[in-house]
Amino acid sequence: MKATIALLAAALFLILPAPPLRSAEWSGALEQILKVGPEGAGNAEAAKAWGELTAHGSEVILPVLEAMETAGPIARNWMRSAVETVFERELAAKAALPADRIKAFVLDRKNEPNARRLAFDLYGKVSPEEAKSLIPGMIDDPSAPLRRDAVAQLLTEGQAQLGAGEKEKSLATLDRALDAARDIDQIDAVAKLLREKLEQKLDLPKHFGFLMHWQLIAPFDNTDRKGFDTVYPPETEINLSSAYEGKEGKSVTWQEYATSDDYGKVDFNTPFSPLKQVTGYAYAEFTAGEAREAEIRLGCKNAWKIWFNGELLFGRDEYHRGQRIDQYSLPVALKEGKNTILVKACQNEQEQDWTVQWEFQMRVCDSTGTAILATDRKPTPEKAAPARRPAAAATPAPAPAPAQ
Amino acid sequence: MPLFRLTLVSALLLVAIAPAQADWLNFRGPQGSGFDPGAATTPAKLSDKTLAWKVVLPGRGLGSAIVVGDKVFVTAASGPEQQQIHVLCFAVKDGAPLWERRFWATGRTMSHNKTNVAAPTPASDGERIYALYSSNDLICLDLDGNLVWMRALTLDYPNASNSLGLASSPIVVGDTLVAQIENDSESFAAGFDLLTGVNKWKLDRPKSANWTSPTVIVKDGESIVALQGGDGIVGLLPSTGSPVFKIAGGASTIPSSAASGDQLFIPSNGLTAMRIGASGSEPEKVWNESNERPGTASPLVIGEKVYLINNAGVLTCIDRATGARLWRTRIEGPFSGSPVAGAGDRLFIFGETGIGQVVDLSGEEGRIVSRIELGETILSTPALSDGALYIRSDGHLWKFSAGL
Repeated sequence: MKATIALLAAALFLILPAPPLRSAEWSGALEQILKVGPEGAGNAEAAKAWGELTAHGSEVILPVLEAMETAGPIARNWMRSAVETVFERELAAKAALPADRIKAFVLDRKNEPNARRLAFDLYGKVSPEEAKSLIPGMIDDPSAPLRRDAVAQLLTEGQAQLGAGEKEKSLATLDRALDAARDIDQIDAVAKLLREKLEQKLDLPKHFGFLMHWQLIAPFDNTDRKGFDTVYPPETEINLSSAYEGKEGKSVTWQEYATSDDYGKVDFNTPFSPLKQVTGYAYAEFTAGEAREAEIRLGCKNAWKIWFNGELLFGRDEYHRGQRIDQYSLPVALKEGKNTILVKACQNEQEQDWTVQWEFQMRVCDSTGTAILATDRKPTPEKAAPARRPAAAATPAPAPAPAQ
Repeated sequence: MPLFRLTLVSALLLVAIAPAQADWLNFRGPQGSGFDPGAATTPAKLSDKTLAWKVVLPGRGLGSAIVVGDKVFVTAASGPEQQQIHVLCFAVKDGAPLWERRFWATGRTMSHNKTNVAAPTPASDGERIYALYSSNDLICLDLDGNLVWMRALTLDYPNASNSLGLASSPIVVGDTLVAQIENDSESFAAGFDLLTGVNKWKLDRPKSANWTSPTVIVKDGESIVALQGGDGIVGLLPSTGSPVFKIAGGASTIPSSAASGDQLFIPSNGLTAMRIGASGSEPEKVWNESNERPGTASPLVIGEKVYLINNAGVLTCIDRATGARLWRTRIEGPFSGSPVAGAGDRLFIFGETGIGQVVDLSGEEGRIVSRIELGETILSTPALSDGALYIRSDGHLWKFSAGL
């Protein structure tokens, strides 16, 4: 577990050797920033490099934007603030800014997505109308932050067409918006219009890439929350025809389960009835058309662990603090053909009405949120009868104490 | 166990860099207590006539403003998933924007709708700003906006997050920045080096969500940082994290304690007053009043009186020496923010509905002498500095001044 977490952290910091910088300009300072590492390592040197970069004029903007391609999240933030500091100062001084080069950087889709969004915002401060004119062309942009603006334009346009009674035009516009949308709030907004105003049937689970078909086994014990660290048989073998000793000595077996929920919620309470202090497992196979990088994205308000192709990816023992789509993003390497996913979900002892849920939702997508579908993906199940406890399922956790 | 004693050199250094008396450097000001005896003047009324200025903020936030010299600082979070985090600097005199720094959140940005990523109040030592976010990004800038260091604590400690949102505010004590990152899964407190951001110490804390902020007790001129949690209070030497005392019996995880001299007024079993004894001795219980229960707002100690606001919006005044109730009066709540006061016998509090109230404490009973409706949700705690009061919402920062 700790080793896996360490690997994840290492991947996030990009402490592995980075590709060379595109430009030799200010490479010393940029390389110093690229060396920032875990637990504050390299901060002092990065601060000196930041000072060196920001002492210059607008000539540093493009080299720093380009260097973001090789940067991890922390180094990218150092670079972002350097770029913006120089840009704002030069803009205030009415100095010449390399608007054309910034625009070219935005339009080059090979550049780092966040850096392109930053460059777009800078360009908008120099040439607001020209920047605005670029937005429609970003509807299929690989940078989700840029695509968002284009989707927003289509959403507005589709709403206006609806308001004018132009249903066919609106349908075409909103269909394009839904195809392009990657952010949850935009998908929700477009789907609501298509369903409620234009009476369209939508397969949102497929759009998101939610996994809808599972094998479930439960209940194993989680008294005193000990189930999270207890190794039950599904963690050591996947044999869907085996029976095991579950909680209180009762025999448990794998069961087929399919969800029709728009957001792929897998509800252990449905087949096993509402239970407390229990542990369940869900198993799915994902057939990938090619070996590629991907993300497993999870939403879960129970304690959980995930194994991908037999390797523990991550685990978290937090209960009932909230759940949403894409709550956790876990990078994985899909292999061509069969990949296995095992989810452990633990329910605790709390009895409040907002602690009934024993569920999770999971999708497979790329880093922009674009669904990756299994080559043998089964049709999305038709909606079943209403859930047994819709009110409880919608009950949010109580508000925290924000300001003490 | 010896208490923290400043060396002559470090004492002289601290004197040399000590911020001006009028500064408000962290959540609830001096010692994190809400009371600044050095704030000789405060606005008598909150009204259009005492409104010095009002500025627009670029994103949500409920951390208080802090004031250093002629600059006021505030944080914010923006974007569909609150993934843009901001540090903003305005001129005390007229609210003119002096600089802004933006970063991409590197940790989880999920929170309950009522709170947000910019929930913690930043801290300062008079030379630098230390901005912490619920995403566990910890950013240090100098007063001119130059980046000094950054930490991405979720990359270092991947399970240190709360799906409802973190809100504890850091504080500078001596030569150390102390922060509590407490949650159900990977809970810790740490002391950070002011110049580099590296850990000076890191301490495992109870695995339980906790939104309280550290406070500072001063015993014979020595500073001890008090960390509050569900299991009680632990007092630490700020520079090393070594424990100095423990107070068992549990404490709230929502309102924070109020420190005054060598006493601590703890939201525990109602309200409990404890005196921190000499080195090596156990803290002494002065009194406990189980019927006096602070709500979300933290208690406030002014001279010989303790003030608390319960969840019904009742402001109660208690005798500091005995715990006896002196008076109570209803004020307009509900409250998420905490009250603050200067030396002028006036208590300031803002409610969630945007109503600000000034309570005159000079008589035999508290009396509301001023009331203003800001027209926006206010979940934050005011700051007092140099005759002025600062309060923020998700959209604006206001300054009310006694000098108008």
